[in-house]
Amino acid sequence: MKVVVCVKQIPDPNTPGQLDPSTHYLKRDGVEVVLDPGDEFGVEAGLQLVEKHGGEVTVVSMGPERGLDAVRKALAMGAHKGVLITDDQLRGSDALTTARVLAAAIGREGFDVVIAATESTDGYTGVVPQAIAELLDVPAVTFATSLEYDGSLLHVRRQTEAGHDLVEAPLPAVVSVTAGVNEPRYPSLKGIMGAKTKPMDRFNLVDLGLEGAGAASAGETIVAVAAAPQRAAGEIVKDEGDAAKRIADFLAAKKVI
Amino acid sequence: MSVGKTWVFTEVTDGKPAPVALELLTKARSLGGTVEAVAFGSTAAAAAAEVGAFGAQTLHTGTDSAYDEVLLGGPAADALAALVAEHHPDLILFGATYTGRDVAGRLAARLGVPVVANGLDVSANGGIDVASSIFGATVDVTTRFDQGPPALALIRAKSFAAEASGGGPANVVPNEHPVAQKHLTARVTGRVTEAAAGPKLEEAPVVISGGRGLGDPKNFELLDQLAQAIGGAAVGASRAVVDAGWVPYAMQVGQTGKTVKPAVYLAFGISGAMQHTVGMKGAKAIVAVNKDENAPIFKLADLGVVGDALRILPRLIEEIRSRKG
Repeated sequence: MKVVVCVKQIPDPNTPGQLDPSTHYLKRDGVEVVLDPGDEFGVEAGLQLVEKHGGEVTVVSMGPERGLDAVRKALAMGAHKGVLITDDQLRGSDALTTARVLAAAIGREGFDVVIAATESTDGYTGVVPQAIAELLDVPAVTFATSLEYDGSLLHVRRQTEAGHDLVEAPLPAVVSVTAGVNEPRYPSLKGIMGAKTKPMDRFNLVDLGLEGAGAASAGETIVAVAAAPQRAAGEIVKDEGDAAKRIADFLAAKKVI
Repeated sequence: MSVGKTWVFTEVTDGKPAPVALELLTKARSLGGTVEAVAFGSTAAAAAAEVGAFGAQTLHTGTDSAYDEVLLGGPAADALAALVAEHHPDLILFGATYTGRDVAGRLAARLGVPVVANGLDVSANGGIDVASSIFGATVDVTTRFDQGPPALALIRAKSFAAEASGGGPANVVPNEHPVAQKHLTARVTGRVTEAAAGPKLEEAPVVISGGRGLGDPKNFELLDQLAQAIGGAAVGASRAVVDAGWVPYAMQVGQTGKTVKPAVYLAFGISGAMQHTVGMKGAKAIVAVNKDENAPIFKLADLGVVGDALRILPRLIEEIRSRKG
């Protein structure tokens, strides 16, 4: 079975991101970057599928040259091959452009299953997997909290506002997975060493036949950026045994008890 | 400037439109122009009275009962693409729900037009602008559509209060095109409701949430007891404990979970990761209890207590019970 997992390298989610005030692009300089933690669940899901059913996991990422580290981490976890699409024109790409680029690379690889996180931790539009599915003309089974394959059908628990749906789908398909769908493995030392020698393809937009796909053709522009209004500073106290009373007083003042 | 024609994608379950659709219809009215709703499934037409009462003059429905048994993303995007070509809406608003994202994402790819996600407001000032908040709601951005029509926007629930317009039932325009065969292969074989006990998170005046700092899933019982002591309070959770399997997804407050705007929000053992604060920073008042005095949640708190939630909770329950007699 041929599994493709989409991954993204993002600024460390523990440090708030910033937009460049002049270009409105994500500031990437001087910011620690990591494999999006949400993507580790996608990589793990792909590895589990091929461990059970045979085949290979290819990791596909779009981003600057440093995106290589995210792909390498996925390779260190056990993925077999990496594909990185890097092109200066892709700075400032929107969700649709991202989907077009990833779909072109995935289509070139061939696939039975495409796995992605439900959303990136930095941009969190949550629409890229669905757009990829549309461009590849296959079903998108989204927001999976569990994923099994029985040899002919995928069986997915799909998160809903009210609980979950049980969904089954034949291959090929795109699946988006939530954090919690599995327990991602840590790369072993052997995996980390081995990652350096695994095959890695590098493409630009010309290679994919997608010239002019970046910000210049994004159909939307950020026209204003401002710091969000801060909440007024509150009262912070250490519990000296009187915390319960203080909280109860607060609730009473707000007239909810 | 007004928007000529705004559509609201409306999820209908057993004839009932989703609350977020009524919020979006209310907003759509303020943009001027025509307001219409679009819904799919065998009971879609039953929503005509309610969407009409919130301002939709027309309800376009996809009537094939197959919509009930498949994931809506593919077939609804197909049908919407055809309806767009026929009726030319300028703007389509979607609630930022699971299915809303499925449909909007596929429709954007199908039409080759941008989709803006996580919207908190939409306005028309010489163009269609969507306001959203990024980086854990520390930065506000305004995004303008340069392509389209239609402009596609996913708007988070609770961004607007739903207000009835007093309008009569929407005029139902049924679209009887069957769902394409290729969309019938991915099937929904069961729908499971994980009913949380007590009032709904989105509606409760008081929300009490727990995180990793509670140490153990069984300590969520303390939150249930506190909710009962206060009365009418709902219990929520951070993504960390939902992902860890302590409590069901239906309880998750945050970016990928529910957005709540209660009168008072109480956070016990929640550090305040951006993922969580996006879903609760709209609360009128916030109380946070955490052992770590540097926890980011304290930046939002009106009352912050540096202390052990497990020691404070039993005493707080007792204190409220005794005050209520």
